[in-house]
Amino acid sequence: MEAHHNIVLPEGSIEKTTTTLNLGPTHPATHGVFQNIMEIDGERVVSTEQSVGFIHRAFEKLAERRNLYQITPITDRLNYCSSPINNMGWHITCERFLKVETPKRVDYLRIIIMELARISDHLICNSIVGVDTGAYTGFLYVMQYRELIYEIYEEVCGSRLTTNIGRIGGFERNFTNTAFTKLEKFLNEYPKVLQEFENLFTRNRIFMERTQGTGGISAARAMNYGFTGPNLRAAGVDYDVRVAHPYSSYQDLDFSIPVGTTGDNYDRFLVRNAEMWQSISIIKQAYEKVQSFKGTEAEIFHADVPEYYLPKKEDVYNNMEALIWHFKIIMGEIDLPKGQIYSAVEGGNGELGFYLVSDGGRTPFRLHFRRPCFIYYQAYPELITGGMLSDAVVTMSSLNLIAGELDA
Amino acid sequence: MSLTYTTIQEKLEEKFGEQVSLFSTDSGILSFESPAAQNLKVMQFLFDELGFTFLTDLCGVNYPDQKDAELVVVYHLHNFVDNIRLRYSVAVPVAQPDVFTATKLFESANWMERETYDFFGINFIGHPNLKRILNVDEMDYFPLRKEFPLEDQTRIDKDDEMFGRG
Repeated sequence: MEAHHNIVLPEGSIEKTTTTLNLGPTHPATHGVFQNIMEIDGERVVSTEQSVGFIHRAFEKLAERRNLYQITPITDRLNYCSSPINNMGWHITCERFLKVETPKRVDYLRIIIMELARISDHLICNSIVGVDTGAYTGFLYVMQYRELIYEIYEEVCGSRLTTNIGRIGGFERNFTNTAFTKLEKFLNEYPKVLQEFENLFTRNRIFMERTQGTGGISAARAMNYGFTGPNLRAAGVDYDVRVAHPYSSYQDLDFSIPVGTTGDNYDRFLVRNAEMWQSISIIKQAYEKVQSFKGTEAEIFHADVPEYYLPKKEDVYNNMEALIWHFKIIMGEIDLPKGQIYSAVEGGNGELGFYLVSDGGRTPFRLHFRRPCFIYYQAYPELITGGMLSDAVVTMSSLNLIAGELDA
Repeated sequence: MSLTYTTIQEKLEEKFGEQVSLFSTDSGILSFESPAAQNLKVMQFLFDELGFTFLTDLCGVNYPDQKDAELVVVYHLHNFVDNIRLRYSVAVPVAQPDVFTATKLFESANWMERETYDFFGINFIGHPNLKRILNVDEMDYFPLRKEFPLEDQTRIDKDDEMFGRG
């Protein structure tokens, strides 16, 4: 039997006046797989050491052996609170790379889905901030509207969380009337709920005192740390990929970019709420545009790209050409052009970028995901040092960290 | 005056001469290369003079067929004021993959460089904490290099009762 040794304490650990606290990797307050080994003095955070990678699944390596359409399900599993944005971001990257023009109707339908995803993402994040400050009601109340959004996804693509929605060139099928009815129901009911949600938090004394002045960051530091998305905008920088580098016809719609000033938890909350209002308005505009298509135009739901868009099943059974394309796509026998591209979309929590390098083979030579929360989570020690431990928890949830995206 | 690709290229060539090369806009954004030893000078110049103050992305690529330039570090930089993106890359031999760290310039480079080290083994000189980030510390290879293939899905030597293989 092995001899037991006494525990060897690190030098100076008896004299030290701080306490070491291990928070995570699985802790109810971290909302994801994050570990922080904190040094705390009473309740003040002195320093913290982060470790990540607990759910690393080697997506970038996997992608090197997959055809383009097989990579879409991988992107689902990045930021799983808003999978459709990841899916669309990937399709848009492929389309830009392959120089595929998508019809306007497809663009607007995509915008509807992406903005619904943004709402569901922000809704989760903001209501979790509520939970962490002691208000569970908001979270539970808005869940039924996330459910409505998921029902719309279900109607469009058949699944809810990891959606694999859309294809290169458009959607796998046209939106059904049920989907539009559900969308209308959502547009009718949700604004009232969002208003109530805001009433519950925005001027709530307890909530304000918990979130104002905690986890703040200046615009310059936020940029240096590579912040994007609502977190950067809360610090006062009006950078939004939808406006700076428009994709999917966002330039046709009219919306504003809410910004904060202090970059603290409260501003991040306000920016996300304001963005949800903008998203509602964007969805309404896009839906109007979708409705304005008449006749055959109203039936278009994908671009004409036989090399990458799976043909209809009845065509596959009855039409030689469709059968050939079906076979070629499924077996992955289509060579990609040579080249590289960086393409980004505004994800739920920041700039979600795809860097694709192709050497002319059938799979990407290299695919790198620019995951926004991997980059901005580095700033976490700076945000929480000197603050209270309980604020560190709120800061973590208000950063909208998604372990799946962070660890890729 | 807003910045264009042409002015960026001219200014870089004026400053660095032969050191910067392979300018191209084929992939939609201006991309160019320089020797690895110049990377900090080039990025500092881009940061100070041309306003590229945001590091969007940093990653590695492995080209096993490029002799003495097998590993490439790709930086995506962004100028928010003029809204211009830039791709800048440096290549290093796999035998001695040394690149200067960009952490002094961009805090965000810290983890991105750790990730690149983790997957490609690129040694970022001067990095404050260059250790693995997503993989386990005990790992003794760099998994995104091309010499490490994914597992063959048709292999039969692996006995796995739980998941029905073998």
